[in-house]
Amino acid sequence: MSARAALAAVRAAGERARYNFAYLDERTKRMIRRAILKAVAIPGYQVPFAAREMPLPWGWGTGGMQVTAAVIGPQDVLKVIDQGADDTVNAVNIRRFFERTAGIATTERTAHATVIQTRHRIPETPLAEGQIVVFQVPVPEPMQRLEPRESETRRMHALADYGLMHVKLYEDIARYGRIVTAYDYPVIVNGRYLMAPSPIPKFDNPKLHMSPALMLFGAGREKRIYAVPPYTRVESLGFEDHPFEVQRWQAACALCGSRESFLDEVVTDDRGGRLYVCSDTDWCAARRARADAR
Amino acid sequence: MYVAVKGGERAIENSLALLAERRRGDPAVPELSVAQVREQLRLAVDRVMAEGSLYDPDLAALALKQARGDTLEAIFLVRAFRTTLPRLGYSLPLETARMRLARRISAAFKDLPGGQLLGPTFDYSQRLLDFALEAPEAPPPAPEAPAVAEAAPSVLELLAAEGLVEAEAEPPGAGEPPDLTREPLLFPAPRAARLQNLARADEGFLLALGYSTQRGYAHTHPFAGELRYGTVDVELVPEELGFPVVVGEVELTECQMINQFAGSGTRPPQFTRGYGLAFGHGERKAMAMALVDRALRAPELGEPVSAPAQMEEFVLAHSDALEAAGFVQHLKLPHYVDFQAELDLVRRLRAQAGEPPA
Repeated sequence: MSARAALAAVRAAGERARYNFAYLDERTKRMIRRAILKAVAIPGYQVPFAAREMPLPWGWGTGGMQVTAAVIGPQDVLKVIDQGADDTVNAVNIRRFFERTAGIATTERTAHATVIQTRHRIPETPLAEGQIVVFQVPVPEPMQRLEPRESETRRMHALADYGLMHVKLYEDIARYGRIVTAYDYPVIVNGRYLMAPSPIPKFDNPKLHMSPALMLFGAGREKRIYAVPPYTRVESLGFEDHPFEVQRWQAACALCGSRESFLDEVVTDDRGGRLYVCSDTDWCAARRARADAR
Repeated sequence: MYVAVKGGERAIENSLALLAERRRGDPAVPELSVAQVREQLRLAVDRVMAEGSLYDPDLAALALKQARGDTLEAIFLVRAFRTTLPRLGYSLPLETARMRLARRISAAFKDLPGGQLLGPTFDYSQRLLDFALEAPEAPPPAPEAPAVAEAAPSVLELLAAEGLVEAEAEPPGAGEPPDLTREPLLFPAPRAARLQNLARADEGFLLALGYSTQRGYAHTHPFAGELRYGTVDVELVPEELGFPVVVGEVELTECQMINQFAGSGTRPPQFTRGYGLAFGHGERKAMAMALVDRALRAPELGEPVSAPAQMEEFVLAHSDALEAAGFVQHLKLPHYVDFQAELDLVRRLRAQAGEPPA
């Protein structure tokens, strides 16, 4: 063992002795689980919780990390994605955090994971019963940009008074001929609460509807938790003459040829060259593996 | 071409190694010790303790060393450590009237019981660079005065006895003060919650807000009734003993602002209060906090709410340096998916407007 490796081993042992499983102490986890239970009981309702300071900055997934830390156990298999990818630095960093503080198994395969923490995407591979998706939420209040005062938005939620949001969407149509919200597209959960699905592209909104998986949303900086329980109605807002619709691409993934997934545009040169690849790296890799096997 | 976003794991490891190297700087220069930071950069240590909400000069100094002198980063390290500590109990309220004073001034009275005590302050130093400090030098010992035997009661209590300043009474139905590190902040927030929020708030943010109240955005006619800095005992009542025991001492800076108040339908004209408190020696912070505290009391005193410093949600939701720094800098995180969705939308809107495709 090199001196550097020995030092790292000593540090790791010291850390585990000082910190609880998955970083947070058990009383804090219980507090968070109570908030989660309330959130599951009232789908789409934002439950205030006493978010703890985490060793990652506010706004970088602290809410998702606290929810994950509260629900995860030693037997769980964790997948962490950011922008659909397992290997972006932020996803790597959060996965490393749980490997380091909980010592649990991790995976990149959507189907193998019991808990999936995500930022900005829902995996393309259909989710299954028993899986938990944990969303990192920057702004839990869907009307915050229209009404910054929380005392007002809470009243609107209490009265199910969502006229403000409908007017915003209507004004989009009047001005641009279409609704100009491309991500974090507002939804109504279980016919009652207006909810921000977090900044997933609206392409992913239909995956929330009647999903067999439990969807948990954690906003650390804003100190809110909300949930979509399995098999819950989730409708994206729209009008009869301007119904909700998702993005479609002319192109196919340059790597796996997928035409049904969300595609990232990659600039290939300075002469306007572009190509498109799947944002979901696991989906893309699995398709390529199947193609190779054939 | 798709390499840029790959290899996150190795990139992070290499980045950390580079950071460690930068932290050490030129190895030919002797390494800074934590004790040196604690003793010689004490005001930086104090600010880290105040906004880190953890009174531990050694940990704050370690955090400053680890953070390469970046105050916010050091506060972050301290908070992330603090959050894992169990809550063993709550101390009795600190008796700042019994502070062992290192400094105590009032701008409202020329003389007062306990006297004015200038103490260590930059206030009347002429800000000329002292080139003598380029070489190591022990300053000549400061003259010592006999300890002040006279009690130094709070100036505001003297005025309160005459009814000229509002009594420092708990508002009706206040109940136990909330603990913002254990409960979420909900609006409208009681004053106890507001003060907790302001006590750990970013000094720069409070300074600017306090300053704005002096420039016409919710003017509160303030006087620095009293500013004191010194050491206070921390007392705890252990359940098994049933009487208070001193468990330690902390250095504090306390500011009590006196603000003019013309009276309202229900209250006679009298002076009102704004309160500021900070760990260590933090006068700028304590004074700014007191100004903002008073501005936030506008609804309670029947004053119109028109300026940012009076808006509870605006102030309290944006005061925490870590929340602000985290969210501003999260823009560094990848946003490929959102940007792709917006790009697609803008292209469609342009096509609809008859622009040639980009």
